[in-house]
Amino acid sequence: MKRRDFLRTGIGASLLSGALPLFGGLESVKGMPASTEYDLAAVRGGNGGDMFDRAIEAIGGIEKYVKSGQKVVVKPNIGWDAPPERAANTNPDVVARIVQRCKEAGASEVYVFDNTCNKWDRCYRNSGIEEAVKAAGGKMIPGNTESFYKEVDIPNGVSLKKAKVHKMIFESDVFINVPVMKHHSSTRISLAMKNLMGVVWDRKFYHSNDLHQCIADFCTFKKPDLNIIDGYNMMTKNGPRGVSVADVTNLKALIASSDIVAADAAATKMFGLEPSEIGHIKIAHSMRLGNMNLEELSISKQKMA
Amino acid sequence: MNYSKLKKARVIVSLLFFILTISLFLDIYEKYANETVQEILYLQFIPSLMKFLSTFAIGTIGFLIIIALTAFMGRIYCSSICPLGILQDAFAWIARKRSTKKFFYKKKKSYPILRYTLLGITIIGLILSFSTVVTLLDPYSNFGRIMTYLIRPVVVLVNNGLSLLLHKVEVYTLSPVKLVMAPWFIFSFSLVLLVAIAYMSYKRGRLFCNTICPVGTFLGLLSKISFLKIQFKADSCTKCGKCIGACKSECIDIKTFTIDHSRCVDCFNCLTACEDSALAFTAKKQSSADITNSERRTVIATGIGLLLGQTVLADVKSKKDTSKLLVNEKDHPVAPPGSISIRRFNDICTGCGLCVAACPTQVLQPAVNQYGLKGFMQPHMDYLSGYCNFDCRGCGQICPTGAILPITIEEKQLTQLGKAVFVKENCVVYTDGTDCGACSEHCPTKAVNMVPYEGKLLIPEVNQDICIGCGACEHPCPIDAPYKAIFVNGNAIHQAAEKPKEEEQTTAPVEEDFPF
Repeated sequence: MKRRDFLRTGIGASLLSGALPLFGGLESVKGMPASTEYDLAAVRGGNGGDMFDRAIEAIGGIEKYVKSGQKVVVKPNIGWDAPPERAANTNPDVVARIVQRCKEAGASEVYVFDNTCNKWDRCYRNSGIEEAVKAAGGKMIPGNTESFYKEVDIPNGVSLKKAKVHKMIFESDVFINVPVMKHHSSTRISLAMKNLMGVVWDRKFYHSNDLHQCIADFCTFKKPDLNIIDGYNMMTKNGPRGVSVADVTNLKALIASSDIVAADAAATKMFGLEPSEIGHIKIAHSMRLGNMNLEELSISKQKMA
Repeated sequence: MNYSKLKKARVIVSLLFFILTISLFLDIYEKYANETVQEILYLQFIPSLMKFLSTFAIGTIGFLIIIALTAFMGRIYCSSICPLGILQDAFAWIARKRSTKKFFYKKKKSYPILRYTLLGITIIGLILSFSTVVTLLDPYSNFGRIMTYLIRPVVVLVNNGLSLLLHKVEVYTLSPVKLVMAPWFIFSFSLVLLVAIAYMSYKRGRLFCNTICPVGTFLGLLSKISFLKIQFKADSCTKCGKCIGACKSECIDIKTFTIDHSRCVDCFNCLTACEDSALAFTAKKQSSADITNSERRTVIATGIGLLLGQTVLADVKSKKDTSKLLVNEKDHPVAPPGSISIRRFNDICTGCGLCVAACPTQVLQPAVNQYGLKGFMQPHMDYLSGYCNFDCRGCGQICPTGAILPITIEEKQLTQLGKAVFVKENCVVYTDGTDCGACSEHCPTKAVNMVPYEGKLLIPEVNQDICIGCGACEHPCPIDAPYKAIFVNGNAIHQAAEKPKEEEQTTAPVEEDFPF
């Protein structure tokens, strides 16, 4: 929090004050000194893996987040028994590249899991994520039974006072949240904050106790160290499961930030929506869990050929 | 002479069939059962017969092969193929190992009235499509229920315990498997059956097969006239009685040198027990003592009132105030995809529980009273346990009787098992004024869609035309049963759902740019 505030008001403001052109000089990011870090990076036009590489470079490089010997947990969206082109789950290329970069940065282990909606082993397999993660040197961890979850108190939660959280969240040093950009029938969009419902066992509680408030409340307990929103394929309607590829647009976008609210705000705009229209983003902003006012942040925008 | 080899062969074949059959019920990681089931269960008598009667498929003649085999060499089915028979041999084997008696079995009379009555009832049940009798008496189905409702849960628990231990040392080869226990009534029913069978076989070998089992009785009629059978060579017999002591069917009479072939299951134990070569497995040949078995064939077909009018109501605990909520009322339960109609399904299914064991989401659960008496122990879609995976058709692939037909995945995804019914009065959007939408999230066809409600709230709306009744809405609905805000009302006859329309893109995503 303090670091983020510092960035926001300090470096961020100075960058915003003129150093950041809107279109023309986007590629100039590379030429900036290594010490310059943005609050948020948005990349378009590449494949999932390459866009991640560009984005992570702009917000400080993977070494800033993953130190040698650390255990990393990566939480993609693997909620549905659907192939990658349906964009119901995070793109396997993005997940694999993250795992690979973590390993290169010296991570001792990289764990990947989700508390899926459909049958978990089918989701892991048919999303393509299991295979990609294993090939990149990561470990797939199940999340399908209550025994994986540990109950914790969430003292600052308004509706969500207690939750059963997957133990990998406690056992890892670094938490990387990798949602996919999706329309969502109940919360309108499903992005980084919404994706955290997949580290919790009892989702029914969220649904029957003010869904948006619960989603925001969870962030008072745990915020990921890094949020990578995969928009290589974007589900624009019939979310979060989607019915067919007709629900998908090949957006070729990726957003990265350690500020979960900011990342969600930027991705929300990709849908042509305003962050304040989304209940949990608005609540999280007002609970000071992050900043949805993008104009107050330093943003690296890059286009890839 | 070569009879010890014959017996060994019988034991090896039995174990092979037994292990393969068991493996189908214990395939908890969905690795092979769907692919191998039709071959492994091809020769199971009742499943094959039911499949033949229900589909008239030329390929499903396993039961005819068994009839031919029995006419040739007796009830080899009972000792080598029937899993319940082999299970009884296991108990009997333990009993003999533990016994100090020199002659373990004694010659006993048969119970023809009981036997033929049960066979008659079964045949009438088959003719009148009253499958409950078959469900209750079929040895394969009884074995299946023992496996699915008693043994499988134990295996799953052991697997889950082991996987947790392994996870502690970062080994992820095993993973926990979802376990839904059968309704207590069906669990108890299977347990009582197992205990009864264990007791009978422990004390008296194949008593069940020769008294209760209709397949045993039917094949017994054939084995009486079979080409090969065990026969006495009276001249060589010293009346030592060792054959009687070894006979699990208690059917050898050395006073008259006769064997009750209707009860003989071809275990060949007597052949190896006899040291005087006085018994032979051979073609028909009149021995000195002529066959004068004057057993009465009393085929009395009298109905038995099955007093199973059980009403088991779920014990409902709810945290929320339910005083204003409406109770879900279903016109019909939901039958699995591929069963065509509830009536057809109830006619054919023998409740072996194989689909229940194989169902990846455990949505298939044995019915207690959902279908009424006729569907007792037949699987129904229990949306409190799970919901049907859109891309799965496992139950149709694995069903050995044809009660659930193997439909293609495209057919399955357009087969309407029931229709989702939205109960606004129970929905949290209406009662609490907060967003929910769990039902719509899970709906694979978007038959449940969220539409604008008060303020910024969205509320479910159901398009029954494209609903397939999979229960993906009912299961995650956060309101406890029986007050679900959305539930599936079963179709008595499955219908065709319309294909969801592939609408044009409505929201234009930002093109090649950054909207911030």
